[in-house]
Amino acid sequence: MDRSQGRKSRTETELDAVMTDDSAETAIGHRGLQLEETLSFEQGSPDRCGVDLPDPPKTGNRLGGLARKEAIGLPGLSEPQVVRHFTRLSQKNYGIDSGFYPLGSCTMKHNPRLNERMARLPGFADLHPLQPESTVQGALELIDTLAHWLKTLTGLPAVALSPAAGAHGELCGMMAIRAALEARGDSREVVLVPESAHGTNPATAAMCGYRVETIAADDGGRVDVAAFRERMGPDVAALMLTNPNTCGLFERDIIEIAEILHAGGGLFYCDGANFNAIVGRVRPADLGIDAMHINLHKTFSTPHGGGGPGAGPVAFSEALAPFVPLPYVVHDRDGYRLVEHADDASGTPFGRLKAFHGQMGMFTRALSYMMSHGADGLRQVAEDAVLNANYLLARLSPTVTPAFPGTCMHECLFDDRFLKGTGVSTLDFAKALIDEGFHPMTMYFPLVVHGALLMEPTETESKATLDLFVEAVESLAERARAGEVAYFQGAPRFTPRGRLDETAAARRPVLRWKEPESAEEAA
Amino acid sequence: MSALRFTKDHEWIRVDGDTGTVGISDYAQEQLGDIVFVDLPDVGKSLAKGDEAAVVESVKAASEIYAPVNGEVAEVNQALADEPAKVNTDPMGEGWFLKMKIADAAELDELMDEAAYDAYLESLR
Amino acid sequence: MRYLPLTAGDRREMLAAIGVSSIDDLFADVPDAAHLSGLVDLPLHAGEMEVERTLSAMARKNVAAGDAPFFLGAGAYRHHIPATVDHLIQRGEFLTSYTPYQPEVSQGTLQAMFEFQTMVGMITGMEVANASMYDGSTACAEAVLMACRATRRGRAVLSGSLHPHYREAVATAVRFSPHVTVDALMADPGGTEDLARHIDDQTACVVVQYPDFFGRLHDFTKLAEACHAAGALLVVVVTEVVALGAVKAPGAMGADIVVGEGQSLGNALGFGGPYVGLFATRDRFVRQMPGRLVGETVDNEGKRGWVLTLSTREQHIRREKATSNICTNAGLCALAFTIHLTLLGEAGFKRLAALNHAAAVRTAERLAEIDGVRILNDSFFNEFTVLLPKPAATVVDRCAERRVLAGVPVSRLVPGDPDCTNLMLVAATETTTDQDIAALAAAIEEIL
Repeated sequence: MDRSQGRKSRTETELDAVMTDDSAETAIGHRGLQLEETLSFEQGSPDRCGVDLPDPPKTGNRLGGLARKEAIGLPGLSEPQVVRHFTRLSQKNYGIDSGFYPLGSCTMKHNPRLNERMARLPGFADLHPLQPESTVQGALELIDTLAHWLKTLTGLPAVALSPAAGAHGELCGMMAIRAALEARGDSREVVLVPESAHGTNPATAAMCGYRVETIAADDGGRVDVAAFRERMGPDVAALMLTNPNTCGLFERDIIEIAEILHAGGGLFYCDGANFNAIVGRVRPADLGIDAMHINLHKTFSTPHGGGGPGAGPVAFSEALAPFVPLPYVVHDRDGYRLVEHADDASGTPFGRLKAFHGQMGMFTRALSYMMSHGADGLRQVAEDAVLNANYLLARLSPTVTPAFPGTCMHECLFDDRFLKGTGVSTLDFAKALIDEGFHPMTMYFPLVVHGALLMEPTETESKATLDLFVEAVESLAERARAGEVAYFQGAPRFTPRGRLDETAAARRPVLRWKEPESAEEAA
Repeated sequence: MSALRFTKDHEWIRVDGDTGTVGISDYAQEQLGDIVFVDLPDVGKSLAKGDEAAVVESVKAASEIYAPVNGEVAEVNQALADEPAKVNTDPMGEGWFLKMKIADAAELDELMDEAAYDAYLESLR
Repeated sequence: MRYLPLTAGDRREMLAAIGVSSIDDLFADVPDAAHLSGLVDLPLHAGEMEVERTLSAMARKNVAAGDAPFFLGAGAYRHHIPATVDHLIQRGEFLTSYTPYQPEVSQGTLQAMFEFQTMVGMITGMEVANASMYDGSTACAEAVLMACRATRRGRAVLSGSLHPHYREAVATAVRFSPHVTVDALMADPGGTEDLARHIDDQTACVVVQYPDFFGRLHDFTKLAEACHAAGALLVVVVTEVVALGAVKAPGAMGADIVVGEGQSLGNALGFGGPYVGLFATRDRFVRQMPGRLVGETVDNEGKRGWVLTLSTREQHIRREKATSNICTNAGLCALAFTIHLTLLGEAGFKRLAALNHAAAVRTAERLAEIDGVRILNDSFFNEFTVLLPKPAATVVDRCAERRVLAGVPVSRLVPGDPDCTNLMLVAATETTTDQDIAALAAAIEEIL
């Protein structure tokens, strides 16, 4: 049932038109290197298999009468078909390997392949999490070493490694805060979150049973200290702050904010999503932070993989260290040991966040990256990331309207005033950038400015790349001013698909493939 | 006697006897863009004025619809499940959300009539 | 540093273009008290060779599963991963791309996730699946939270035969929830619990495992009926997804939510992560579902394509009202799962399952011949529970000294329960050879 390359046939007049049209359709849909690819389910045959497995030996059946009898519906493809299928799919993606990916707040930096090789060493990759500790001393040493690097870079005395992603780390940090407050008999109910926060912050606070209140920003895009001082009270459990914040600005009053918070009995959660801007130059401990997650997939370059997996270790202050969740690694004369149960813990862990010990594969990659850079290289990372962002800000400011005056940290924020009256939206502008060969910046976030365009170049981009990007943005801004609205609304044109109908997708969700009822009905 | 009243959050309520039909204004649907889903309450649920009565979703946003007055949900517009687009095409008619049994008709006086709402919209522009 | 393209000359030029005299000027907003003037106390940069040498030395201190007869399971399983899988997931366009928020440049990831969702629906026998969660245990916690939303009730009953880590992950997730309580039954090696008895009018869901933590297979059809009669949902957890190639699908038993650990397909043991959480349910619950979803649509020329959809459930839009705070999926692990299952196909998946079952049957039969050793299970797929005449932790440690990785002592996960002290979980897969089985039996015989 190969239905992979079906396409309706054309009349001769249509074909004539095709011959003279540059955007002509080809016979079966492929266009040079852009290869169409149907779903695997539409290519398979039950007679094929891409893995050679031996015949199962004859044994008794112990399935308790529950043997699966019905067909599952999986496709059947040979190995070369599978390789081609997924290779073609990959070619429809843009990656950091392909080009500039200035997604603000996402830190899309180079992903070194050394890290991949290290994570695949059989001594790490082929290791069961519940093997006897005597057989996994090297793995525990790696976890302990990573913890040491993270503690040194943050200046904080404890670290929880098990959170599986940044949002999971936030949950871990906020749970430790709540556990610590409850341990001192304190039932505060409110968590303060700035308007510019990532959506995960309020979602996490709500999962911990807190009521979320927004605190205002001042005209400069930073927390309004006076408003915060005014609001701080005995009902405030914690402040969740991203620093540098999502406008790409360092919260210059952060030490004062921490003092007000602590004096009022609250605890300080820092969203460490933007740690890349300060790594090696500023230690969060010196800012008065009690808990901060670190997205290993951002600052420490573990690959984003099309949306995960990530890893979100959390560093803790002295006040929160006793509440660090299970499990964790300790080191004594006999070697490394995992503390997996509350009864064996020295403090009062708030619980276990997930099965096993954390995202080991990400730990290996992150440590490989950290060791490659070292103390000197990591400081250079922060400096080059900030330099690149400020260079973009300076070069683009005459063309694109910056949201705030002054310099920025690792990312620069613009608003859509430069598009005012052109009929072109931030979205249209971003889609046109795709045709210029760039991945768009983050759009419409943070919510504090209208039509936000947030650009984070990272330290692994060359000046030449930034210059080309500036040239493309300038040229597009010129076209917008010239009133070429249709050009923007038709973009992107050179991608495997044009703009997709998201409204239709949401109104009548089709979330899986289904076998057509029968050949006749399908036709 | 039937009367049409509006809230500052752009809900409307059309009163017929002790029942009020609730929906969102044309201005609101335009601001929200293409509606893809409307989450309606259970019939029989009692709502205080200002309570979340329904949630209306576009592709990139979700907005709460608040009860304009105290009352109990008497009926919901099942047709929106299949055709949420009715909220866009006919917000004041077929795109209604729910009917509620009004607890205290006097509360309606606190809402805007059509002329006052138009003036309110003008002030937003 | 080889990862940093800027030269000293570039930096000077760029500072000039910005209009500042030094890099320190760009850090002027950092309070003086927090400014590190020197380097942190960590080693300096190291070349590729040195890093490789250091990390390889650490790796060599471990006994890899492939270096010894190996029988561990308990939620993580050693399977053979075809070379093709690793090759394909390392393609830069998959490896180094972000969440597919820009669908025009992400059709590859989106289509692969659509295929993933379809496959998860097929093997679990459910109508709709999301694009994956962090892992099985967090998916399980999310399932409990979702069941509470869907039923507007606040009590979850957890089977005593649910993986202890999963039970703990659920307990942690709801620890600070004002609306949800968990009723976790005692560990149940004897298989005597009566879950239906614990259902009342406040029960949001009952959570069971299939095959269960001790390896047993149950038909949950009646339990599903009991749940539904009381207005509760049945959540079925699968930690060994290969089993679904051999046994009846949870969907066919009436499950409302099926969550699972997908590591067994395409993903290495990796000392516990990253893995891939499966999450599937019925169509009518789709808007209560956590996590990312890919849906089919058309582009401006009418061509079929894929987008992320129903995002209004998610944190970046709903903020504190979102169905979950989850912001990622396990994208690359889900891709590995999809590639492996595509390679296997219908025939290969069933054959793989049959090989696993056969290996476990042979292992169980051989161990049962040992004096003092008893197999507790009537039924199992590729893992079963062995009752030993000695504490299982001791036996496992002494097997390790003989370079046999024997199994998982239940006491590692359920400490302090005398009923579990002498229990060992033993798993066998298609990678298990007759020599491995002989080595395990010999080691245990010697130790006992």
